[in-house]
Amino acid sequence: MNVSVGIDLGSTTTKAVLLDEHGELVGRGITNSRSNYAAASAVARDEALTAARFSLIARALARVRGEAGGAARALIPDIEGAFRLELYRDELRYLGVRIERHLDNLTEAHLRAPLRGAAQAVLADMERTAPGLFLAGAQRKSDFFRDLAGAAFTAGSERESVDRQVSFERLVGLFDRAILDVEMRVPTRDFTVLLPEAVEHIRPQSAAHDPVRYALLSAAHEAANERIAEVAFAGTGYGRQTLPFPKEAVRSEILCHGRGAHRVFPGTRTVLDIGGQDTKAIQVDDIGVVTSFQMNDRCAAGCGRYLGYIADELNLGLHELGPLALRAQKIVRVNSTCTVFAGAELRERLALGERREDILAGLHRAILLRAMSLLARSGGVRSEFTFTGGVCKNPMATRLLRALVDEHYDSGLQLNIHPDSIFMGALGAAMYANDDLHAGRPSALRAQ
Amino acid sequence: MSQNQQAHLRVAKEPSQERQKRMIGDHFDRLASVADGTCDEKVVYTFVPGNLTELIGAFGMLPVLPEINALQSGMRQQSAGYIAEAEKSGHSEDVCTYVKCDLGMLKSGNVGPTGTRLPRPDLLLLSYTGCFTFMKWFELLREEYKCPVVMLHVPYQPDGVVTPAMRKYIVDQLETVVIPAMERIAGKKLDRDALSERLARSAQAEDDLVAVWESARHRPSPIDGYFGGVYYIGPIFSAFRGTEDAVAYYCELRAEVEGRIARGEGPTTPDGRLDDQRHRIVVEGPPNWTSFNEFWRMFSREHAVVVSSTYTRVGGLYDHGFRHDPKNPIETLADYCLGCYTNLGLPTRIDYIEQTIRTYEADGFLINSVKSCNSFSAGQLLILRELEKRTGVPGGFIESDLVDPRYFAKANIDNRLQSYFQMLDARRLRHAA
Amino acid sequence: MSAESLVAEARSQVDDVDLGPVHAWKRANPGGLAVGTMPIYVPRPLIEAVGALPVAIFGGGDQVDIIRGDSYFQSYICHIPRSTLELALGGRLDCLDAMIFPSICDVIRNLGGMWRLLFPEKLSVYLDLPQTFDLAVGGRFFAHELHRIASLLEAAGARPLNDEALVAAIRVENVRRAALERVDALRRAEPWRAPASEVYLLARLGGLLPAAEHTRWLEDYLTAAQGRAARPVDNVRVVLVGAFCEQPPLGLLRTLEKAGCDIIEDDLQLGLRTIEGPIDLREGEDPVFSLARSWIERGGATASRYIGDDEKGRALVERVRTLGADGVVFAAASFCDPALLDQPMQEAALARAKIPYTTLKFAENTGQFQVVREQAGAFSDAVKLWGIA
Repeated sequence: MNVSVGIDLGSTTTKAVLLDEHGELVGRGITNSRSNYAAASAVARDEALTAARFSLIARALARVRGEAGGAARALIPDIEGAFRLELYRDELRYLGVRIERHLDNLTEAHLRAPLRGAAQAVLADMERTAPGLFLAGAQRKSDFFRDLAGAAFTAGSERESVDRQVSFERLVGLFDRAILDVEMRVPTRDFTVLLPEAVEHIRPQSAAHDPVRYALLSAAHEAANERIAEVAFAGTGYGRQTLPFPKEAVRSEILCHGRGAHRVFPGTRTVLDIGGQDTKAIQVDDIGVVTSFQMNDRCAAGCGRYLGYIADELNLGLHELGPLALRAQKIVRVNSTCTVFAGAELRERLALGERREDILAGLHRAILLRAMSLLARSGGVRSEFTFTGGVCKNPMATRLLRALVDEHYDSGLQLNIHPDSIFMGALGAAMYANDDLHAGRPSALRAQ
Repeated sequence: MSQNQQAHLRVAKEPSQERQKRMIGDHFDRLASVADGTCDEKVVYTFVPGNLTELIGAFGMLPVLPEINALQSGMRQQSAGYIAEAEKSGHSEDVCTYVKCDLGMLKSGNVGPTGTRLPRPDLLLLSYTGCFTFMKWFELLREEYKCPVVMLHVPYQPDGVVTPAMRKYIVDQLETVVIPAMERIAGKKLDRDALSERLARSAQAEDDLVAVWESARHRPSPIDGYFGGVYYIGPIFSAFRGTEDAVAYYCELRAEVEGRIARGEGPTTPDGRLDDQRHRIVVEGPPNWTSFNEFWRMFSREHAVVVSSTYTRVGGLYDHGFRHDPKNPIETLADYCLGCYTNLGLPTRIDYIEQTIRTYEADGFLINSVKSCNSFSAGQLLILRELEKRTGVPGGFIESDLVDPRYFAKANIDNRLQSYFQMLDARRLRHAA
Repeated sequence: MSAESLVAEARSQVDDVDLGPVHAWKRANPGGLAVGTMPIYVPRPLIEAVGALPVAIFGGGDQVDIIRGDSYFQSYICHIPRSTLELALGGRLDCLDAMIFPSICDVIRNLGGMWRLLFPEKLSVYLDLPQTFDLAVGGRFFAHELHRIASLLEAAGARPLNDEALVAAIRVENVRRAALERVDALRRAEPWRAPASEVYLLARLGGLLPAAEHTRWLEDYLTAAQGRAARPVDNVRVVLVGAFCEQPPLGLLRTLEKAGCDIIEDDLQLGLRTIEGPIDLREGEDPVFSLARSWIERGGATASRYIGDDEKGRALVERVRTLGADGVVFAAASFCDPALLDQPMQEAALARAKIPYTTLKFAENTGQFQVVREQAGAFSDAVKLWGIA
């Protein structure tokens, strides 16, 4: 299978999308951008290629008729869960190796043994509880190893540090250092081994002939052995200049976001994208070509990063802010969205006795007001209106946006929010790569 | 050699550029000889918009233009230090960086752009034209120099109409306040014939300059009307309007440009000649000086040529027919001041840009909104919308500053410009399909 | 009425972004024009003389969501034009038939141009205040500007300007000025009876009312404030400088007061006080020229006015000494060119005169006063304890 690859190297996350030659989406991957953009884009691509293998399994199983076919198809999520569990365990093992290494390098020798004991206990417990994260129906707060392992390691450290009388900070500090090493590693995967293994795991051999198992195994073999060739590339996003692409393959994120959003919602005329570092208001025509755009000015006021600072200030996860803000009884008026003063603003309001939820609602509103201004600058809001970027996953943000659009534009206006909207930029980039492929001038990856 | 200097050399290959360099060098040498006392000519500091160079020249006085010094400091990477110096002494981060750069330069020994020392002013000729900050700037300089200031208040043109009362107000100021003050300082009466002779030479150079501007109607355009344009306006916006040198310079420049038209050549950019011009752009707003060539490259790399710009009209709007009139020397100075670009009301500015976009058949227009200059910047987002509405030509918007490198966010600006030019391409493809 | 209830009523009118007092005036004066005026100075009697109501516009304060306003202004431009535009685009200034934009700075000047484009059905006038203070030159130009404005208002439906009406309006204006001066005098002498935050609201209310009506408010407040059972407080006496256009939130003034600073003079409502003493009418002189002459000859030193041959900061130093003030608080709106460019020169003059000062910045919608509280507290303590800052 030949695929066109689109990569969106964002400030917070890096996304990759693969399209086959017919323009069908076959895989996508996401990872946190970390400090190393090259590693991030390799990991995202690897994730997308993995996803593509599962697309191939689904395609193969789509050809299997009868009951066995249906039953086999229903098991795809389980296979994926089992597969991801193995990847997780693999990274966990590497995390353990790196933690050992950092323990060896510890200057205070007397701390080594107690910390090692505690770390090993934490890791063992993580290994034990790992399946729970990936079983069918499991709810994960994130798909990033950093987040999953981080949460588990922190919880384990809280427990072990009390039981074993070691410093919690020192214990978590080990993780903080080791995770950087883990993230620098781009895993190599042998799908011809891993995929059948995953099938074995959820459908072990039985005495009787098992047509479902047979179908799954043949699909896994077919998918694992199919050659996936990345034949065209396009890159976009905040860090796109650092991608190993030729200049022609580097696309403006504005064009990519507009096009991606338009593909997912073909009625789209206005796109709002609130990402970590910038906010974009984009107008597109009936075929997804950008007709005008505006971005926030050079400071990051009113962008996702602002919420990040607030979350840090409150010691909360970014994903917890929105749900908390939804519990507001009133919206406190906040007039500054300056990231530098975000913490001060929050502390002063708290000191004045305002409720945390009410302040949070005000902070969310302040961001959305900035976004509304940017939209007005770019030419207003037209139906359909598609909201993308990391912040669109925040339920308070979407609720406020809906209210503001109703108030200032038209309440009949169609507002689109897609759970995968974070991939819009990479999707648009992959579409441009596919255009180039069909025009006979695909861009290849530059050797690094 | 820095990239900047290399680019200067490459741009300075043509004879007119060499001539300009010589003219500027000579002028600063004269100023230096005043500074070191070997020469006793009187020195007048004044501003580019509404400059009365012919009048200053008719008195045999030498002009110094602090804005030009500030922008040169920016190009020579000196401005960051100068600005820091001024901010250290209590100037707000919020205000115009030309002013702070100039004050910082003053406090750092007053060495001008060619490396020679600048003399103290004998007079601050405050031509208050189109920019509020000018007034504060010379109040600040007066604190430093304790020298006479003379105010020429040029009324603003909110409706794009020069009324007899406006003209009379300026003429009255010139006759009763400005000229007498200059006569006192120069120690002699104004020679009105000499003034008229200078004005006649101004008009001659202005004719050639306009021909150079209008050459951009050709495809490929033989000039870059913004990055290249700031070099073309050098002599006429600074110390040389009304001089023989300026006449010779513009005559030579015009011939060079006509040669390029005949040969089908584009202008020289920091990356070589730009013959293959994919985008014809009109630019509103001053350039950034600290990353001037880098900024220029962001255009030329995308094969974008600027066919016209408003910044190159701040020292006089000549392409709508105005010429200095030697027969009415005082009135013509009044009309000149009134007509400078930043002295025009927003609706007039929009009309002007609209007409420019049409005249030069531009594919797009771009606004470089500089933090320092509210005279330019306040209202530019409305200009953007209004022009898009009237012309259907897509506009782009970027933000930077004149000489404060902290406000030139390279990646951010490059990102926007690339997005903008790619959008023009995508729209063109769409129209072709 | 008590001083407190007068102040509360003034505040509700000042805070009314829907311009209730203007609607009330228009109901009472059918056909009369309401003319918005931006800071600093527009001669109000001229507008009243043609049967119109001058309405001072000071932006939207801290209670307006800014969406459309922000869409027209970059982040490095002050706040008042955004909130003013927000109010106008939201229809809240629809009751104004005309707007006058005096030459304060380039931002307000350009806002005037934007107004023409955004509200073509409304009269939009730029008033170029002269910067040449020779009566025969600058005075004549200014008088011409004022005649021009009167004709434009007439074309928009106002009464034609006549000398008697203008003379009468100037006299009424002079009565108001005298009343305001009496309130100011009480504030200077006994700031605990007439604190700056109250006087500010009372003065600002005047921007929404005809002069005669404003005079009654001032008289009532004066009577009530003089009769107050208030005790002197040991505060430092400061002059507040730099907030002549965009207005600080009331919370900022109150924070300064609570931090121990009695603001005995300020330039918040500069337009009403910019001419020293009454507007001086002369027999046989065109009263329009009298308006121009008063401004030329007795206009106060403001950051938007060229100082001519005067020494920069001299006026401020003299004022501090005359008033017996202990120091100066510079409070400029962020990105306010006139105030911020002026400030270093004013500071230098104060330093030469050994007058303590402190400096802060605000926006009309600033919501945090923690820093102001600490800074002003430290300033007032320093001045009180050691007589220095």
